[in-house]
Amino acid sequence: MDRYAKQRLFGALTRGAAALVVAVMALVVAVTIARGGFVFITDPAIAVTPPGSRYMLEADGGFLHAVLGSILIVGPATVVSALLAVSTAIYLQSDYSSERFAESVNMFLNVLWATPPIVYGVFVLTVVIAVGARTSLFFGIIAIAIFQYPIMTRYTDEALRSSPESVKATTYGLGATRFETARITVRAALPGVVAGIIMGFARGIGDAATVLFTAGRSTNMPAGLFEPATTLPVLIFDQAMSFNADVRSHAYAASFVLIVAVLGLIVVSRLLAGRYARYAPGGRHS
Amino acid sequence: MASSTEPTETSGGHSGRLASRLRRERVSSYWFAGAGYFAIALFGLIVLTLVYQSLPLLSEFSIVQMLTSSQWDPAQQEFGFLPAIVGTIYVTILSMAMGTPIAILAAIYIAEFAEGRTKTLVSSFIDVLAAIPSVIFGLVALIVVVPFVGDYLAPAVGSSATGLGIFTVSLVMAIVVTPFMISLSVESLESLPDELRESSLGVGATQWETIRSVLLRAAGPGIFSAVLLGFGRVFGATIVPAMLIGGQTQIPDSLFATGQTLPTLIVNDFGELMSLPLTQSALIFVGLTLVIVVWLFNFSAMYVRKRLKRRWQY
Repeated sequence: MDRYAKQRLFGALTRGAAALVVAVMALVVAVTIARGGFVFITDPAIAVTPPGSRYMLEADGGFLHAVLGSILIVGPATVVSALLAVSTAIYLQSDYSSERFAESVNMFLNVLWATPPIVYGVFVLTVVIAVGARTSLFFGIIAIAIFQYPIMTRYTDEALRSSPESVKATTYGLGATRFETARITVRAALPGVVAGIIMGFARGIGDAATVLFTAGRSTNMPAGLFEPATTLPVLIFDQAMSFNADVRSHAYAASFVLIVAVLGLIVVSRLLAGRYARYAPGGRHS
Repeated sequence: MASSTEPTETSGGHSGRLASRLRRERVSSYWFAGAGYFAIALFGLIVLTLVYQSLPLLSEFSIVQMLTSSQWDPAQQEFGFLPAIVGTIYVTILSMAMGTPIAILAAIYIAEFAEGRTKTLVSSFIDVLAAIPSVIFGLVALIVVVPFVGDYLAPAVGSSATGLGIFTVSLVMAIVVTPFMISLSVESLESLPDELRESSLGVGATQWETIRSVLLRAAGPGIFSAVLLGFGRVFGATIVPAMLIGGQTQIPDSLFATGQTLPTLIVNDFGELMSLPLTQSALIFVGLTLVIVVWLFNFSAMYVRKRLKRRWQY
């Protein structure tokens, strides 16, 4: 085969691979939206109706409990995790720690990032058992926060690293303390930081394995911080395994709600990144 | 910073403000240092907890015996992890074999061949897909892949499977990790300097020759670690296998057989069987195994990456 034919062949192959990936993914999104949207539109009340007493058996009522559970677990978890993640990322910058320390912490963050979510679930569950508590909203929050922490830290660290050195030099030159400089640096890197936090949020809201054993798989409305709760992915998982066709069809409605939420979040993160870009020196650069 | 319109503070304005700024500086630096060490502490705490909780099991049985026994029956105090280990290995290897070539080719397309709006569109589409919850992939697979495998693919090779099993899980996991591997590979291809492309094209190489002998080498370490991270993801995947593997603790005898992976062992047996003696410890030991393997993956990835970087210098 002459080299130009080879070039054409492999060019076509790469194009084919990309087309295949995009097609398969489009299929997944389309099936979820079409199938789930159909169930959802014929009975939109299932998303906002509290579950009945025999929800998992007879699908009486809706899945408001899981929607609320997702919000009540992932919201606070994101706040806690973002606070820690931004602080860790600031500490990893050169003003606070040495290059070597930052490198070794990054190594641990990589390992934490790659740790299977089910391990976080098992870890938090052993803590629950050790303190003699029971699975609840609170431990769900902790599990998700641990899960999001390495993701957010890596994104934030990268955003802070890529913010221009001149910002730092200028603030120090004006006599600012490290804390004040850190605040300005975070501000300059805000588009990246916000995008990272939203990515963490999106990953957290979609994860089932961490909350499977820590939040309690409740079929009731969340009643308090130390009461069992459930989230949308766990609900979908349980519904999909059900023997009742009605319950299974609700899984598609729930996944419709979930996919719309995740896609919406990503669109919001893009918009916010554009909006906050005005804080960055030199205007938008994302 | 202090503008003249700001009301001047009363008695000892400047020194007072400086003192409070310094106080804030000191307090915040303690907080940041704490957060910096938190990552290490969290990792240590997880490993120590898992080790401590697996000790009851490890004091009763030998590791070698548990890893090579195929009897899994917590009620009878039999903890053989072999079926789950074999299932995990099958799923991991199969889905990587299906996903990796496609991911690398697609990444090459996005980084090197695509241009303008197509490029932005395809790459942001793939970024978005990396964030879709895996439970949704599992759910869609239940109505698309499972009937396909059960009704067409398995009968075609003379197997009477229901569609749930090792092969289905591998196929779906390949789909789940592909976008993740693509975006990491695209990143490392795009971070290569343009001089590399220019000088290779300048001596008369075709675009494909440039990609194959220059760019893939230079981006090799990055692509390699993207693949290894994908490996770790498939290895620890929980929800998709739990939905699609069929959950039978036996050594799978064909690709379409039902089976069990290490994470699904935890999902299926936690809760109900936890009252049985040692079962909790056994499942936590599974968690520990997962962490250790992922850990080894990561460190070898870092090591190989360093080696490759030194060897494939440009």
